[in-house]
Amino acid sequence: MNLFNFFKKNTTSAPVARERLQVLLAHERTIVGGGESDLVAILREEIMAVIAKHLAVPQDKVQIKMDRGASVSTLEVDIEIPATLTGLRPAA
Amino acid sequence: MAKVLVVTSGKGGVGKTTSTAALGAALAQSGQKVAMIDFDVGLRNLDLIMGAERRVVYDLINVIKGDATIDKALIRDKRVETLHLLPASQTRDKDNLTDEGVARVIEDLREKFDWIICDSPAGIERGATLAMRHADVAVVVTNPEVSSIRDSDRIIGMLDSKTLKAENGEQVEKHLLLTRYDAARAQRGEILKVEDVLDILSIPLLAIIPESTEVLRSSNLGAPVTLGSPNSAPARAYLEAVRKLQGETIVEVQKQRGLLSKLFARRAA
Repeated sequence: MNLFNFFKKNTTSAPVARERLQVLLAHERTIVGGGESDLVAILREEIMAVIAKHLAVPQDKVQIKMDRGASVSTLEVDIEIPATLTGLRPAA
Repeated sequence: MAKVLVVTSGKGGVGKTTSTAALGAALAQSGQKVAMIDFDVGLRNLDLIMGAERRVVYDLINVIKGDATIDKALIRDKRVETLHLLPASQTRDKDNLTDEGVARVIEDLREKFDWIICDSPAGIERGATLAMRHADVAVVVTNPEVSSIRDSDRIIGMLDSKTLKAENGEQVEKHLLLTRYDAARAQRGEILKVEDVLDILSIPLLAIIPESTEVLRSSNLGAPVTLGSPNSAPARAYLEAVRKLQGETIVEVQKQRGLLSKLFARRAA
């Protein structure tokens, strides 16, 4: 514990800045990255329409993310389906 | 072949105009024909930094609207004769800055100059997007502080998507210019280090411009720092940056040769 505090005292502000930026930019690159924002918006709308055909999932339970990488980008679609809709009981 | 270089940053006050003037003058000093265009309609300043504020007759909007020819509008520097400036309009509306108009001006300048340097306004609006639109090379000016780095990241995203090169499936060659850097403070952990900034933005480093009173002194006198104070640390850094910008193509050719000779060597073996 003492050793931990010793290191903590020496911590300066630059590493905090670095960490905050890394977290923030990882997030911002997915949302506002260049021209991708339009594409994500279009995809979101169309994916939502397909889901709505089969399931009544609230809008805020569908997360759509685009991750910009050097050679490949990934599209992540995360749909949270309430248990009442599937009619299944959660695994014990 | 002429090269179009944009000096951009997103955030204001990080040194875009100062860097445009310094890089433009350094390129011209090495014998290259250089035209610098100020894209900051309504808030022009490149003329002031260059010490040419009393010589402005026509501006970029005049040329776009056909009120003046480009030759008439270009201001030739009194110190380096291959250095030219096309000022922004101080009074006209930015709406006059059209996509086709800018394209015509750049095309025209490409035939007459070796380097066309576009000084971008701050922000991500029309002036900034048009300044980067035709770029082959981009110099992203960043200070070692969080707001500047965040905005630079946004601009890098735009360089990769909103430029002509990007739309044609090519890449704008991007370089980081870290300005107002205080190595002692970075060492003490008070400001972000070069390595941190490079790690976060992941584009290659062109040069580090140290924090220096010479930069302000030169601005006060209306001279790019590479002309006003050529032996100062910031001027030397800008001159080094220009050597790198010019050397780029040579390095690429050598790399290709290296790869080819490697292939041949393997075949032969």
